[in-house]
Amino acid sequence: MNDMSDGYITADGRQIGGVLMELKNITLKFGGVTAISDISFDIRQGEIRAIIGPNGAGKSSMLNVISGFYIPTEGEVWFKGYKRGPMRPYQVAQLGIARTFQNIALFDGMSVLDNIMTGRLTLMKSGLLSQAMWWGSASKEEDEHREKVEKIIDFLEIQPIRKTPVGRLPYGLKKRVELARALAAEPKILLLDEPMAGMNVEEKEDMCRFILDVNDEFGTTIVLIEHDMGVVMDLSDRVVVMDYGRKIGDGPPDEVRNNQDVIDAYLGVAHD
Amino acid sequence: MFYREAGDFKTSYREDSQTFPIKFDRLRYYAVLAVAFGVIPLFINDYWANAVFVPFLIYSIAAIGLNILVGFAGQVSLGTGGFMAVGAYAVYKLMTAFPEVSVFFHVLIAGGITAGVGVLFGLPSLRIKGFYLAVATLAAQFFLVWLFNKVPWFYNYSASGQINAPDRTIFGVFVTGAQTSATAKYMFCLVMLTIVAVIARNLTRGTVGRKWMAIRDMDIAAEIIGVNPLTTKITAFAVSSFFIGIAGALFFAVYLGAAEVGEAFGIQKSFLILFMVIIGGLGSIFGSFAGAAFLVLLPVLLKNVLVGTLGWPTDLAAHIELMIVGGLIVVFLIAEPHGLAQLWRLAKEKLRLWPFPH
Repeated sequence: MNDMSDGYITADGRQIGGVLMELKNITLKFGGVTAISDISFDIRQGEIRAIIGPNGAGKSSMLNVISGFYIPTEGEVWFKGYKRGPMRPYQVAQLGIARTFQNIALFDGMSVLDNIMTGRLTLMKSGLLSQAMWWGSASKEEDEHREKVEKIIDFLEIQPIRKTPVGRLPYGLKKRVELARALAAEPKILLLDEPMAGMNVEEKEDMCRFILDVNDEFGTTIVLIEHDMGVVMDLSDRVVVMDYGRKIGDGPPDEVRNNQDVIDAYLGVAHD
Repeated sequence: MFYREAGDFKTSYREDSQTFPIKFDRLRYYAVLAVAFGVIPLFINDYWANAVFVPFLIYSIAAIGLNILVGFAGQVSLGTGGFMAVGAYAVYKLMTAFPEVSVFFHVLIAGGITAGVGVLFGLPSLRIKGFYLAVATLAAQFFLVWLFNKVPWFYNYSASGQINAPDRTIFGVFVTGAQTSATAKYMFCLVMLTIVAVIARNLTRGTVGRKWMAIRDMDIAAEIIGVNPLTTKITAFAVSSFFIGIAGALFFAVYLGAAEVGEAFGIQKSFLILFMVIIGGLGSIFGSFAGAAFLVLLPVLLKNVLVGTLGWPTDLAAHIELMIVGGLIVVFLIAEPHGLAQLWRLAKEKLRLWPFPH
């Protein structure tokens, strides 16, 4: 039985809730290659959880397991106290798990607005016939969701590019639009796969601020993969460290930073 | 000069998301509708109806249908001719079996039957993509033509193997058969096209359309966002085939009057409509109209110029005409791969600033 009541207080004084998702003994094999071996950790309500590790450590695979893109060879995923059966990715999305991609996966032919509206698909209910007529529920629903989407556009400060086709945008903005699309689903858990890859310092600072604001304002639980150690240590409440598909560390940033295994495997040099 | 969006402020999301957000566009749209419904029927004669308007209207319906599948949902299909044949034979069977029901409903039901067949042949799209899917739909094309040739039940055991549209009326006016006036043919097809275009526009701007485009642009990301690929692709095939079925039904019942399946709905028809969609512009409703107009009107125009004005022999003109149309297609695809719709968009963007571009 999962305990949903306990929690902890973070260094900056935020109350973190009970366990939202628990991964138990996850193993993922592709033929003879073991991408992830026997990893367990939990994700708590409202926290920012980072997954770090050297290239090829299995971080993205881990995210793909959480988002339902890969079915683990062994092990169980528990979400909100229930064991999650084998599901297609779109069913996982309907549970309230949204993600962004390492290589931006936006819909290039569509406008920014349409991309973000697509993020709300799982929340929109009107049927084919009512949409064909564009009467009553369909057009009303469209307006309601447009209003929510405009709030997100406002929040991420992308108002001027609302109607621009995504294919024309620069990299940094695309990353932001992708975050907007994931946020539009009002997810319980938001998975961010290297949200700051390839950005300059200023863009990184913007992105950090957005991530913290999302967590603060919507109370969204965030799981992120990132290579910038400064960012990870500043943002996250707890960190999982992976190497060669194994978990070699788990805990608050300070604890991980001083863990000898982690230093050897990843950070390379001892700090101070 | 006349094309301005300055001062055209939107105060609600509904206003902002309407089909023609710019006032000038909206007025022009109403003007086109008014001319199409109010002016052309008064002046139309048999030549204009049969050579220009009726084929244009019917091919527009088919092009919209195919554009939904190829342009919006990204699923390539070469089975359009076969699906049109399904519409034609369905409407024929319905017209002869239930003569008391209005032909208007026959056409709609024929569309529905085609939708069912389209879904059946769309099922492989879940596993195969791109060129491979094109080959699978090509199989549909040949199978359906073969089926309508081989099974006499479909053509009511007629000796010639042809199907002939019986005389049918709507509100007492003949719309099929030999006694049909040019105006009636034109109006029937125009009403159908208007319905189809409005439905297509509504679907493509809403959730369904976004799902289609998401699958087209990046199917893996779409699935992770919550798009069910099965239902989305199947809906695209169903809606697309519904429209194509209507087009096939009209093509047979209103335009041809009598049809032989291999001749009327062969593979050339599939390619013709695919060309319309590509030349017009993938993923654009306007592009479907533009492509249909281009490929229907251009041959007529060339024929009039070559035979009528220059006085060339008809057979020579016919061959030259094919070469010119083919050449123009190539030129167009090189100059503007996104089709006439893109040219139109560019022209509009230029006109926004003209004559003071800086």
